[in-house]
Amino acid sequence: MWGLCPGMPKESDRGEKMKNTYKIHLIGIGGQGTIKTSTIIGEAAMKKGLNVVMSEVHGMAQRGGTVITELKIGEVYSPLIEETDADLLLAFEPTEALRSLNKLSEKTFVIVNSIPIVPFTVSLGISEYPELSTVFEELKGKIKNLVLIDAQKVAKEAGNIISENMALLGAAIATPNFPVDKELIIQSMKENLPPETIKTNLKAFEMGFTEVKN
Amino acid sequence: MRVEEILTGKEGGKLFLLGNEAAVRGALEGGVSVVSTYPGTPSSEIGDVFYKIAQKAGVYFEFSSNEKVALEVSVAAAAAGLRSFVFMKHVGLNVAADSFMSTVYTGVSEGMIVLSADDPSMYSSQNEQDNRIMARLAGIPMLEPSNPQEVKDLMKYGFDLSEQFQIPILMRTTTRISHMRGIVKLGPVTRGKKKGFFEKNPSQFIVIPAYVVKMRKELIKKLIKIEQIANISPLNTTIDQGGSKLGIITGGGAFNYVMDVVTANDWKVKILKVTLSYPFPEKLVLNFIKSVDSILVAEEVEPVMEKEILAIIGKHNLNKRVYGKLDGTLPRIYEYNPDILFNGIAKVLNKVLPKKERVFTKLPIPTRPAVLCPGCPHRATYFALKSAIKKLKLKEEEIIYSTDIGCYALGLEPPYKMADYCISMGSSLGIGCGFAKATNQKVISFIGDSTFFHAGMPGLVNAVHNKAKILLVVMDNRITGMTGGQTNPGVPLDGMGNPAPEVSIEGIARGIGVKLVKTVDPFDLKKTEEMFKKALQFEGVVVVITKQPCARLTDTKNRKKGINIKYSINQEKCIKCLICVKNFTCPAIFTEKDGSVHINPLLCDGCGVCVQVCPKKAIEVKK
Repeated sequence: MWGLCPGMPKESDRGEKMKNTYKIHLIGIGGQGTIKTSTIIGEAAMKKGLNVVMSEVHGMAQRGGTVITELKIGEVYSPLIEETDADLLLAFEPTEALRSLNKLSEKTFVIVNSIPIVPFTVSLGISEYPELSTVFEELKGKIKNLVLIDAQKVAKEAGNIISENMALLGAAIATPNFPVDKELIIQSMKENLPPETIKTNLKAFEMGFTEVKN
Repeated sequence: MRVEEILTGKEGGKLFLLGNEAAVRGALEGGVSVVSTYPGTPSSEIGDVFYKIAQKAGVYFEFSSNEKVALEVSVAAAAAGLRSFVFMKHVGLNVAADSFMSTVYTGVSEGMIVLSADDPSMYSSQNEQDNRIMARLAGIPMLEPSNPQEVKDLMKYGFDLSEQFQIPILMRTTTRISHMRGIVKLGPVTRGKKKGFFEKNPSQFIVIPAYVVKMRKELIKKLIKIEQIANISPLNTTIDQGGSKLGIITGGGAFNYVMDVVTANDWKVKILKVTLSYPFPEKLVLNFIKSVDSILVAEEVEPVMEKEILAIIGKHNLNKRVYGKLDGTLPRIYEYNPDILFNGIAKVLNKVLPKKERVFTKLPIPTRPAVLCPGCPHRATYFALKSAIKKLKLKEEEIIYSTDIGCYALGLEPPYKMADYCISMGSSLGIGCGFAKATNQKVISFIGDSTFFHAGMPGLVNAVHNKAKILLVVMDNRITGMTGGQTNPGVPLDGMGNPAPEVSIEGIARGIGVKLVKTVDPFDLKKTEEMFKKALQFEGVVVVITKQPCARLTDTKNRKKGINIKYSINQEKCIKCLICVKNFTCPAIFTEKDGSVHINPLLCDGCGVCVQVCPKKAIEVKK
């Protein structure tokens, strides 16, 4: 609630209330830049004058562990998305997309990075990574609006493998109904990424965008 | 956003802040002068921001050696007329509790806020304790924000309330508030006083029985007055969605889920949001209860308000049904979410639930447990110790591994499995002493550098004095690692990045009277193993310090220097013995389906320890 303390911001200071809310679920692996990607979207939404909240995972989620962030835009209070209620799902790894299926409905647009990351538990024989082709088939079978994108290839072409997350961001904002303008996302990228990486990141972002738009 | 904007952001501007970042801004707007903490998730980022901006903000900030010391530093500042802010994770307040309980008696001369970040669902904690109960135990007023804007605003309000009643304030966040980002509208930053002056007043600051009996009376008087404020404060507000059948009493993170569910479904209920939550506003709640047919209490994580509401209903002989945790309408434990509240409220309102068509898969999804990073020195320590044990032919199943709070608790995972007991910060030593006395088993205790300073030292004193035969391994990675890499007394930097004296762990151990103390570099596997062999055969307390910086520190250093060494496996030399995969278990090393072993260059940290592990010298610097 806003406006609780005397002299504090009023409810009207919150961002503009959209008639519909828009909810984005991001899932990836520690070190892939999921949190940074989410923050860029969130700040861009704020710039547009929309209300936005976001949840992050910190602490034990170290390199190698699953990282989930959620963004809710519009007349919303909590940063968590109900089951079957995501408008957009952005998965940084194919099996991680499977982990988040419960957030999907028929209307959800899903962007999945096709590059697998096999955890050490598989080499140790204590967990299993299914055949990649089976994973793709499963995703295609379960998801109506699916885009599989080789973000690694895009990032490499753009100049640095580290820009994978920006390639995926570009793909995400090219989906229909995405509520924040591309220009604002670019502005937000410039304010959140190390200056020396901007050129490569923007290139990866544009390539990811084109991949989905076409 | 750049971190500096938390300080430099102009009044009226908006930032997309984490709850923890908002706490920093709120403290600055409230004119804070002294800030202290011991890092603990989910509160850690507050310290990370102060580390970067305190100097510029003209604020004194320190990473104290533990939470009790941190609280004492801040309470002294508040007694000397400076606004102070101390923050910690929920279990940190247990460490600070002895002083915390007394500071509520003595009170403060200037505003002081104690922030406790609770962790429902235990994302990064050893328990799920609800520190709203701590507020009741101590008799300290409590504020419970629901979003980053409120965190910021309540910091400022909390300072004023604290100053008005000369009592510290306890602010309670939860993981979901501390790690939630939201839009925060900024107010003006106020510069606090640089230095205070302590006016002597023994009858206020000495807790001897003759004085505390009076303080106790004063405390109750203060709480009665603050309850009157809580009854009429706009912080405790009613939101009428146009119905009086059901009243929902809620606060903190649970409020958000209630609002999401009620607005999305347009359910006609009345909501009471309790933000100044202790002293519990009896009069306000009583009137609210009377205005509705039945009550649902939505709170995380103990049924604290629910029981107080039942008491009010009993006291006033009302006949109202209360739904909540106690009757099973809502889950008794763990964090809530919108789905849980949707189901709970729908049940009470007798709504027929639309069936959600959940998509699911039967495919196996690989597990990704938290793991020691590639290049982590702890892995090398475990590997060397394991080799030493094997070579001495000791029965591993008889050795007791008493470990501690930190990344090294991940030694629990296979293949090391070197963690048998861990309950709290510093416990590896006390527990080790107990096992050494209660059994004839060999006891090995593990502790990190920061945890050693925090609460390990008294345990080592105890081991020496009471002749508890333990081998203590201090895994000194030159940082407080698991919470994100904060400084500690063992490193030459203080909480504001200024040079500071390094406190020597080796010196402490010797000073205490440990006869065999040795520092080794765990990246030198052979020497480390030799030292462990010696230590395992020593009669008496032994301390081995395995000193090597955290991989994340080394990464940063190497990046700056442009060092980028990667290793790869020479397939012609590799005999697929899998020692590097199964016994060393670096996440960068993996096997292909054909059984060949490879190193992922993206993950390889270049520590080179695997080179020493390989019996065929098949691991080489990648060209």
